[in-house]
Amino acid sequence: MDEEQNRAIITVVGRDKVGIIAGVTSALSEQNVNILDISQTIMQNFFTMIMVVDLAKATVSLQELQRILAEKGEEIGVQINAQHEDIFKFMHRI
Amino acid sequence: MPFSLTPGEIYETIRMIQSEKLDIRTITMGISLRDCTSSSIVHTAERIYDKISKKAERLVKVGEDISREYGIPIINKRISVTPISLVGEGCDGNDYLPLALAMEKAAEQVGVNFIGGFSALVHKGLTKGDENLLNSIAASLSATERVCSSVNVATTRTGINMDAVYRMGRIIKETAELTKELGAVGCAKLVVFCNAVEDNPFMAGAFHGLGEPEAAINIGISGPGVVLNAVRNNPQADFGSLAEIIKRTAFKITRMGELAGREAARRLQVPFGIVDLSLAPTPALGDSVADIIEAMGIEKTGGHGSTAALALLNDAVKKGGAMASSYVGGLSGAFIPVSEDAGMVRAVEDGSLGIDKLEAMTCVCSVGLDMIAVPGDTTAETLAAIIADEAAIGMVNRKTTAVRIIPVPGGRVGDKVVFGGLLGSAPIMPVSKFKADAFIRRGGRIPAPITALNN
Repeated sequence: MDEEQNRAIITVVGRDKVGIIAGVTSALSEQNVNILDISQTIMQNFFTMIMVVDLAKATVSLQELQRILAEKGEEIGVQINAQHEDIFKFMHRI
Repeated sequence: MPFSLTPGEIYETIRMIQSEKLDIRTITMGISLRDCTSSSIVHTAERIYDKISKKAERLVKVGEDISREYGIPIINKRISVTPISLVGEGCDGNDYLPLALAMEKAAEQVGVNFIGGFSALVHKGLTKGDENLLNSIAASLSATERVCSSVNVATTRTGINMDAVYRMGRIIKETAELTKELGAVGCAKLVVFCNAVEDNPFMAGAFHGLGEPEAAINIGISGPGVVLNAVRNNPQADFGSLAEIIKRTAFKITRMGELAGREAARRLQVPFGIVDLSLAPTPALGDSVADIIEAMGIEKTGGHGSTAALALLNDAVKKGGAMASSYVGGLSGAFIPVSEDAGMVRAVEDGSLGIDKLEAMTCVCSVGLDMIAVPGDTTAETLAAIIADEAAIGMVNRKTTAVRIIPVPGGRVGDKVVFGGLLGSAPIMPVSKFKADAFIRRGGRIPAPITALNN
């Protein structure tokens, strides 16, 4: 149950280049965030990636993680959003 | 539970928020001030300040936290309170300005941009407290930035209090005059209602009704951009399919509000009230109800067919919302304010939309004549006649209607008044040049219609 309550969706959008996945995943592993699922595609030259992550054992809060990821995104030139999973579940599942 | 969302669904949510301007328009905390009454006006003002600033202490912070965690913009955090006419009733003074100032100070203290409830319900008659409140409206709205006022002058059950209607015409004129330096912005904070609802989270008409608990969290969500996109993407859909598409979209939007509302209520330890799904436009491009009407195939909002288009939109929004939340607010539907909707402003400027057509559209929209600027020489009697017409529509059709009208001092037809922010800017529209003075001066009460007798 705890695991479900602590899941977040991370989305990464930006121009494709080498090292985006490496940059994001290493930032996550530094905070002990476990990646449960990754789906990645190139849409109209844009690199887009969705990750489902588990924050149960993370060393930082979701808010702090959002800040870290935003900084990382700026560094590698992509936009990274991290949102609580509930918003997606609530909107699409009854 | 295994993770079951598809990437398509995740992208859809993100697209709605990032490019279609889906947002939670407001988290409004309703606070009862019934225990703040005392015989001294100074003491009552102190109690009002203390109670609001304590109850709503964490409102803004919680709103911001939820906004960040879920990645949904929450635009406004607001407060509504028990109608001040009731709170002040037992006071010694007959000027309620100190109570408005206490509301303003508390709102500033907790960081909300509007506080509603400088209100009275006078649909059948006035008490001493109502009298005092009405007498204090103009001065209070000009002395404060955040305080909003509303007066309910009619209901389906009681009819229309025409004395109050006339009085509101004069109060609107007075308020305009006192705030003329700022484009008569005081009038943008004043609503005249028929069938006002007690849990409305939207300003300027929000107040915390008598049937409400000690405190409650009400949510107002808005997503004209999302609905617009859905309509645009289906240019060939017939009306059955179009209604279905809007319903599904409204469902998703409401679910988001339900989640945020419940979470806010939990964190603030206050009962959750309602989600009001209203397509409330903003002056931003792509956030317009008029654009939806035009996307349905009307060349310009106000043209023939606009009322039918709005009726379909309003109903589909309500149906989608009703399925998504068990507690849906009474105003859910589509708002059609002029100044706050870039498409409506354009329609007025292009000559396709006037007060007459707007009045017709209010029969099927969620509120009424909203944010309409008229010439400064419009008389109190004419304003009252406009209010009476709108109240009659609400009374007979058992719906909420409202008038928020701004007679801009010195303003002429064709001029534009700019309020800034969410209030936008409004072109001054012509009113009928024929007088209703003799009608308005009759006074008394228009009896309740036969539709009131439904027991």
